[in-house]
Amino acid sequence: MFSGQQIAELLESLGVTHVVTVPDSTIGQWQEAIERRRATQLVRVCREGEAWQVAAGLYMGGKRPLVMIQCTGLFESGDAIRNAVHDWKLPLFAIIGYRSYLNQDTLPGDTCLVFTEPTLDAWKIDYRLITSADQLPTIAEHFTASRDRCAAGAILIAEGKA
Amino acid sequence: MMSAKEALAVVHQLRGDEDIVITTMTPARDWMTMPQHPRDLVMVPSAMSHATSMGLGLALAQPDRRVIVCNGDGSMVMNLGSLVSIAEARTSNLTVLVFDNGTYEVTGSQRVPGAGTANFVQFADGAGFAATFQFSDIDTWRRGARNALFAPGPTFIWLRVESVAGMPGPKSPGPAGARATAFMAALGAK
Ligand SMILES: Cc1ncc(C[n+]2csc(CCOP(=O)(O)OP(=O)(O)O)c2C)c(N)n1
Repeated sequence: MFSGQQIAELLESLGVTHVVTVPDSTIGQWQEAIERRRATQLVRVCREGEAWQVAAGLYMGGKRPLVMIQCTGLFESGDAIRNAVHDWKLPLFAIIGYRSYLNQDTLPGDTCLVFTEPTLDAWKIDYRLITSADQLPTIAEHFTASRDRCAAGAILIAEGKA
Repeated sequence: MMSAKEALAVVHQLRGDEDIVITTMTPARDWMTMPQHPRDLVMVPSAMSHATSMGLGLALAQPDRRVIVCNGDGSMVMNLGSLVSIAEARTSNLTVLVFDNGTYEVTGSQRVPGAGTANFVQFADGAGFAATFQFSDIDTWRRGARNALFAPGPTFIWLRVESVAGMPGPKSPGPAGARATAFMAALGAK
């Protein structure tokens, strides 16, 4: 849907200093462009719960991090989100790949479609769903609005393959 | 073996004014009995196992400060991958200490998997830490602590400490949101 260059430019324009990430086959394609642009540092972690807590440390240290993971990683992140966002009240922001949303050919009946949005609701994370390329401005709008409200937020990027 | 609290007191004594110290589990409980510092992050409440990840974020954000993470062994085995993430990030200003008492002390001293057999220094070496140390008696730890704590990192220190049954867990010293704000101010972060 988006090229790495589009995302790298967007992150730079939003002042994102660090992207803390575990890839999937969509968001992972953006890593190279983000690194090439050098405005935003990529932090590679081993599991997604780590990503939220690394972002928490970055935020408390004065940086503007963004968590970039797949929705499967959202499911594994629960306690880390609860603690960082709700205990410590840190307004972390995430871009989350929404597996199978556009196409279930690879994983027919993918239960990610059942659990992703209720999980974000359960963790009280205000999200916007991006299903087409013309919604790129929505990412910036939601990021900026969340930052101004000092609230956590997320963007769900609809994906077509696992 | 040494007393966990005595071992922690060595960290307390040697930490520099600009350093950040993160504590969790029994190290957090014991730390709160000692004089507090604005650049302490007592990670209570925590997401268990994530003190190392929080430390990695702080070390990346504040490269001119030493970040010292005082972790439990049960917490460490729950997030061993964070050692790999730390080594990958090559944060030379980060020191991870594991207070290995062989038990989940704050939940009633149940046995931690691997107690007595898992080798934490080998985990950290294998992950790619720049410096690793282990200490099991207080005199050697006191003599070696400064060199170990401030070695070019990422640095890992395995401390073999006694488990004390029947002790209470750490209590939160106050609302975490307000403490995060104060901690950020102490770091000069907006
Ligand atoms: C994800 C998760 N699982 C289990 C618990 C329950 N729990 C709280 S503290 C603790 C033990 C911590 O053990 P360790 O890190 O070894 O520290 P110690 O208590 O020995 O200092 C456990 C299992 C929890 N808080 N979070």
